[in-house]
This record gives sequence, structure tokens and C-alpha cells, in this order.
Amino acid sequence: MTTTPAPEPLELVCPAGTPAALRAAVDAGADSVYLGFRDETNARNFPGLNFNRRELADGIAYAHQRGAKVLVAINTFPKAGNPGPWHRAVDDAADLGADAVILADIGLADYAARTHPDLRRHLSVQASASNAEAIRFYHSAFGIKRVVLPRVLTVAEIASLNSRIPVETEIFVFGGLCVMAEGRCALSSYVTGLSPNKDGACSPASHVHYEEQGDTLVTRLGDVTVNRFASGEPAGYPTLCKGRYVTAGRASYLFEEPTSLSVVTMLPELARAGVRALKIEGRQRGRAYVAAVVAAFRKAVDAVARGEPVSVDGLAALTEGGRETAGAYEKTWR
Amino acid sequence: MSAPSLTLGPVLFNWPAAKLRDFYFRMADEAPVDSVCVGEVVCSKRAPFFEPHLVEVIERLQAAGKEVVLSTLALIMSEREADQARAVAAAAADGLLVEANDISVAALLAGRPHVVGPLINVFNEGTLAYLAANGACRVCLPVELPGESIAALAAASDVDLEVLVFGRLPLAVSARCYHARSHGLAKDNCQYVCGEDADGLPLETLDGEPFLAVNGTQTLSYACCNLTAELAPLRELGVSRFRLSPQDADMVAVARVFRDVLDGAADADEADARLEGLVGPMPFANGFYHGTVGASFTADAGWQGPVE
Repeated sequence: MTTTPAPEPLELVCPAGTPAALRAAVDAGADSVYLGFRDETNARNFPGLNFNRRELADGIAYAHQRGAKVLVAINTFPKAGNPGPWHRAVDDAADLGADAVILADIGLADYAARTHPDLRRHLSVQASASNAEAIRFYHSAFGIKRVVLPRVLTVAEIASLNSRIPVETEIFVFGGLCVMAEGRCALSSYVTGLSPNKDGACSPASHVHYEEQGDTLVTRLGDVTVNRFASGEPAGYPTLCKGRYVTAGRASYLFEEPTSLSVVTMLPELARAGVRALKIEGRQRGRAYVAAVVAAFRKAVDAVARGEPVSVDGLAALTEGGRETAGAYEKTWR
Repeated sequence: MSAPSLTLGPVLFNWPAAKLRDFYFRMADEAPVDSVCVGEVVCSKRAPFFEPHLVEVIERLQAAGKEVVLSTLALIMSEREADQARAVAAAAADGLLVEANDISVAALLAGRPHVVGPLINVFNEGTLAYLAANGACRVCLPVELPGESIAALAAASDVDLEVLVFGRLPLAVSARCYHARSHGLAKDNCQYVCGEDADGLPLETLDGEPFLAVNGTQTLSYACCNLTAELAPLRELGVSRFRLSPQDADMVAVARVFRDVLDGAADADEADARLEGLVGPMPFANGFYHGTVGASFTADAGWQGPVE
């Protein structure tokens, strides 16, 4: 084997739910920001979030002036009989000069590849491409340049994968953690009728109820009791897969505890596994949160590039309930 | 309009190999189904146990005039799982129809007729057209697709569409094994505890309401999908294939109910009454079809056309 060229520094990909968050992320050292249009074409279709066309144009100008890229997530599955909004989203991202689109649907990837061959295409985590064969398919069929890996693989599996695929990999390193394979979960629509795949919304706030029962706070999504909290116990948001349920007579957080993904200390290992980009979850977060997390990761990524130890300063306070997990990156999680 | 046919979907649960063999033998001999899916979909660790029976089961089904479809894994992560899927896909060269439940398997089957299973996201005409050009001759649609979308897909394509009309709804897959976790075990040392629950492990809310069923790394609905009342409107849309997802119930009797409705020998009310006696405590669900809460059940109406 010949000498390995020095690896490119890890790219830090940061969430921008609003123009303010975009500016905060760029100012704090994001290499790229990702965002979506204000409709069902993206998987964070929440009230008060996302960008209209003018805001995207302004955001792209702001980012490009400061050397950062803008990636537009169009990562829900177009509705049968009404592909128009999704096609327009791709067209507008291309016309406004986005650096890439992040796509999940095969039909939409096909449309983008045929209509805008020069527009860089990333594969969304929602496509759930968890193995080399699947990733090679998206690469050869639609010219996908980068895949955002589903949160199901161990670091060892990611390293093995990177040696067998012709595209870059991007992985989630911080924030909300999907427990199920992304894009392959209908729990939310089973309970609310609204799903990440169709509507860009998981466990939507419109269906959340908090109810006091004596000393107990009950959290519900639709008709389903997701958790009960004693007084003084911090009550989390009733995301279905982070609820407390009963199996075989025993109550537990069977799917996952209310916890956040955080693997900042694993960055050197992830760099060695051949990962190209690190993604921070949180387009629903405010600009102060985004600024703090991005700044902490900027320091960490720069430390890794210099071969120095990584500091966890400033991140622990930002995880859900102050609890964190390395999720599927560690095999014992399974 | 082609004659309606019934497909027996893959057994999603971890049944003992001998029970599974006998189940397929009985299906071959007695069930009024046209097509039968065989093969492990949920967990690669389970697959080796049924291997010794696979050939005799396929032969028995084919001898009974059933089409055999080989189903494959839904979530492929390791090289071992990829090898397992590749080995099944290779059977397509021997003339067997293979069902892809992960896009990697559809890629392996490119250029050969194959089935796309309900765990691959086919939500729109663009995806359907792409997969058809890749060789998909039949697509069993994702369970969360509303009737309105099924109508648009049926109008846009001549690929055979199949709709899951009976059984617990597959809602999610994960890398993590919740069955093992419910027993305080890790997936690598799971002791195959999923084998203790032939219809999945019921999961209740803290208020004691049944909600979901855990099947290893898969999460299913607690309720049982029942689209008997929707068969006629689905037929009118041009859907001719209907999938029964096996439960630990008298699946021959279940198949007869659906066959009778398709043949006009039973109406939906009679069908519901017969199914209630067959599925035990599971409530019915048809909400996904109606574009609403998936767990809900409306007894009266089929899809009535787009609602704005």
C-alpha cells in the first residue's frame, strides 16, 4: 500500500431551522448548514420553522460570503398524484444556488438527476441506506455524492462500509436520536395520522396533551399515554419511541430513554473510520442552542485536525434531560 | 380487471421451525391463496433454523399450485446479512420470484422480474415507475399509504399493486432488539426470546391500554389490519392482489373469509364477525387506508374519492 494522503478535515454540517439560526451557525463556524422549505417537502415541517424562497436566497448569500455551504433537505416522500411541491423545491434550490439537495425518495432523486444534473445530490438519512449495495445503487442510479447514514450502524460497520462505497458519508453526532431506522417508521401516523415520511412531522405538537391527574402529569400523543411523571420529575416531550410502556407487567423505556445522541469524544475514531462529514441534529432548536453546539463542535473538529484531544466543554448541558448516549455507534446499544 | 388473488405474506414472527413447516404444509393443502411468501424478514439470526425445511416447503407449495415468493431481510447492516440476502436473491436465477424489502435487494434483482415488498418506500408514481423499469413486476405498497395515494398509483402504472389487508401492521424496524431488551438481554446474546411470543410481545401504555406488539427488532401494531370493507373499492381502483400477513391464528379460515368477500359470497359485516372470532383480543384497524389515525377503525365506508 502507498502512503495515505492526509485526510480532509471533517465537515461540520449544522441545522438551520430559521434565518437567525442559519446566521448563528455560520458565525459559530459551520462548514455547511442544512435547511428546508416551509412546507411538507422536508422532514422538519413544524410551525414557525424553515425558509421561504426569499429567505433561502438571503441565507445562501450570507453563507457563501463567509465560505459556508447551504444544503437543502427535500427529504419527505412526494405524495402520489401531487409531486409538484417536491419538484418545485428541487427546481428552486437549484435556481437559487444551493450547494446540494438532500433527497430520500427514489422518484425525486430520479427527477433531480434528470432535470438538474449539475445540482449536487446527497442521500438523506430518511432513505435508510444502511449497506454498501444500497448506497452503490443510489450512486449509480442517481449520481448521489454523499450518503447520510442511518443511525443503525456501529463505528466498525461504518469503517467497513467506507472502504466499499464510492461516495462520502455523513453521520449524526449530536442531538435528537431516532431509535427506529429512519424513513421506515410509521409509529407517528399510527397514532396521529401524520408521519415523517408523508408530512414531515413526527409526534407533532398539534396532537400533544399534558394532563394533571392529582400529583401526576400525564403526557399523551393523540389518544395514547406516552408517559406519566411524578411531581418534580422532569416531563419530556411525548415522542412515541421515548415513552414509558409496559411489557410483561413491567414498565420501562423499552425503545429508548429520553436521551440525546452525543459522540463528540468519538470524533477521532469516526475520522479514522473514513467519515467525511458530521451532522448536528436540531432544526427545531433556537439560535442560542445552535450557536453553542456549533461552537463546541468547531473546537472539537479543529482539535481532531491538529491531532489534539477533544474537549466536551459546553455540550453536556445541551443534551435532553442532561443524558446522552452513543446510540448504535456502540454495538452494545443493540 | 384481472381476477383478484390472495397472497400469504411472510411469517414475521419467530415460530419454531417445525411449526413453521407444518404451517406452510397446511397452507399448501388447504388455504385458498394464490401466492405464498417464505423467508425471514425481521432478523438474520433466525434464518438458519428454517433452512433445512425450505426446499420441502417450496416443493409442497408449488405442488399445490401456489406461486412461491422468497422474502428477504428488511434491514441489512452487516456483511453477513448482505450475504444472506445475496444468497436468496441468487434464487431468482432459478426462476423463483424474490421479494425485496431493502432497496439493496431490488438492486441485486435489477433486470429480472421481482417483487417489491411493503417495507420499501413506494409513495408515488415517480418511484413506482423507476422500480418498474428496474424489473419490479409487483409492488406491495407501504401500509401507511392512504387510499387516495393507492388510487393515484393504480391510475399511473400497470405494475401489479398489492395491498396488505390483514394482520398486525409492520410499523418500524430498528437495529436494536426490543424483545431482548424487554428481557434485560443484549441482541448478541438474545437467547431467541422472541420465540416466546408467536404474535409478538404485547406492549401496553401506563394506563393499561394495548398499543403495540414487539417482534424482535420490529415494531407492529397491536391492532389487526382488516380491510374487508375496502376490498371492493380497491378492486375498482384496479388493485387485484391482497396480502394476508400471518398471525398465530387459523390462517386457512382467515383466507376463506377474504376469498368469500372477493367472490361475493360474504359481505363485509359477515366477514368482520367471522374475523373477530379468529383473531382473539386484537381490535381491527383500517385508519391508514382512510388517511387518518392508523389505529382507528371505521366500519362503514370504503374510500369515497379525494376529499379536499
